[in-house]
Amino acid sequence: MARSSASSSERPASSRASLTRVYLDYGGFAPVDPRVVAVMRPFFEGGVGNPSAPHSLGVEARASLDGARAKVARLFGGSPGGVIFTASATEANNLAIKGIALRAAGRHVVTSAIDHISTLNACRDLEKHGYAVTYVGVDGDGRVDPAVVARALRPDTALVSVMAASDEIGTVQPMREIGRLAHARGVPFHVDAVGAAGRVPFSVDECRIDLLTLSSNDLYGPPGAGALWVRPDVPLAPIILGGGQEQGYRSGTENLPAIAGMGVAADLARVEGGAEVARLSELRDRLLAGVLDAVADTRITGARGPARLPHHASVVVRGVKADSVLMELDLRGVAASSGSACNALTGEPSHVLRAIGCDRTEYEGSLCFTLGRWTTAAEVDAVLEVLPPIVTRLRRLAP
Amino acid sequence: MSVAPDRKLDCLGLFCPMPILKMREAMKHLAAGAVLEMTSDDPASEADVKSWTARTGHELVDIEKNGPIFRFLVRKTG
Repeated sequence: MARSSASSSERPASSRASLTRVYLDYGGFAPVDPRVVAVMRPFFEGGVGNPSAPHSLGVEARASLDGARAKVARLFGGSPGGVIFTASATEANNLAIKGIALRAAGRHVVTSAIDHISTLNACRDLEKHGYAVTYVGVDGDGRVDPAVVARALRPDTALVSVMAASDEIGTVQPMREIGRLAHARGVPFHVDAVGAAGRVPFSVDECRIDLLTLSSNDLYGPPGAGALWVRPDVPLAPIILGGGQEQGYRSGTENLPAIAGMGVAADLARVEGGAEVARLSELRDRLLAGVLDAVADTRITGARGPARLPHHASVVVRGVKADSVLMELDLRGVAASSGSACNALTGEPSHVLRAIGCDRTEYEGSLCFTLGRWTTAAEVDAVLEVLPPIVTRLRRLAP
Repeated sequence: MSVAPDRKLDCLGLFCPMPILKMREAMKHLAAGAVLEMTSDDPASEADVKSWTARTGHELVDIEKNGPIFRFLVRKTG
């Protein structure tokens, strides 16, 4: 089989797995594109060295690593030399926040109340070490008001860190406005672009972004790779120390198979992203409209239209528990999520839903459907067929 | 402090959601009326414990703060 000619219409095996007929949890884990797998395979099958080694296999490995760096940087218009590969976006967020704070004179950081838990916990770790953190609030759609960020800036602000788009409610933030005002005050601007990369067109120069976090898997690349891009001359301290790989900013032998895969995934996202955005936006709106139409007492969380991630549909359904709905959906072959993994663990209302003002009757019923490269209209229709009777039944059972 | 804990739970160094998760587990093994002491240095834990006790109905007997370290006393109800 000519794997190199695999097309995007070839579905990855993972989306055909088990009883799951309808996979709408791309935000939780995206199937790896078969074209990415094809590029990764030789790295496992031998003939590849350590990128730091002086022999010819090492030199080839180094070339693969630099090729991936260039491909990743092209996705957002950054300089390839600024790409630091990490093992995850979580690590990249930690490196950005702690790495900037450790080098800066100021000891104040601004982030949003709805940022990813990796950003929030890195900020809380700074608080433990005497830094001050301002968590700016959001409006009912989950949008950060740039004017509120401007007011939060202090003479000792070392960093502004705001995610490009919420993984939980899909709202895209005004990166350009926030970036420009941070730049005008001389404060580095970090953006966690995990959900937005390849789905929302932007460049780091246009938005005055100084640090950018990416995840490989969100681009249909393998898990186990992420990246932090840093603008040249922005002072950063490493948080993982060792042999000085990744220009000294992230020691540890590079995970070359995953990094090469991430490079190809970034290239595919850049080339195919535009068409995919149009297709997914349509499916997203079909799903949202269908759910609102068929399930009473339900509302969309997050923004609508272009201010929303094209693949992201989230709702709160009153009078049901998300866990029960998800279990029933799973029995009917539909995989979805409640939007937040750690809150699924604790059963506590998510920090994002609290920040947008959801009340107690709503946040237990938070459902999140994330679409992707292999999602079809038939899958969306299947959800619209099985979800309404599930909610009706569970509401009847509820005390 | 007058209330003596029946069990102590050390969550120092951990971040959300771990303190709540560990507290929930620890509570399962306590009898109604017993008191759990949890220590945490996560700045988010004060709001988290307040929210969790309000939602679950367990009684938040006391919060003590010593520098960066919180000490929570929670009595199991029901």
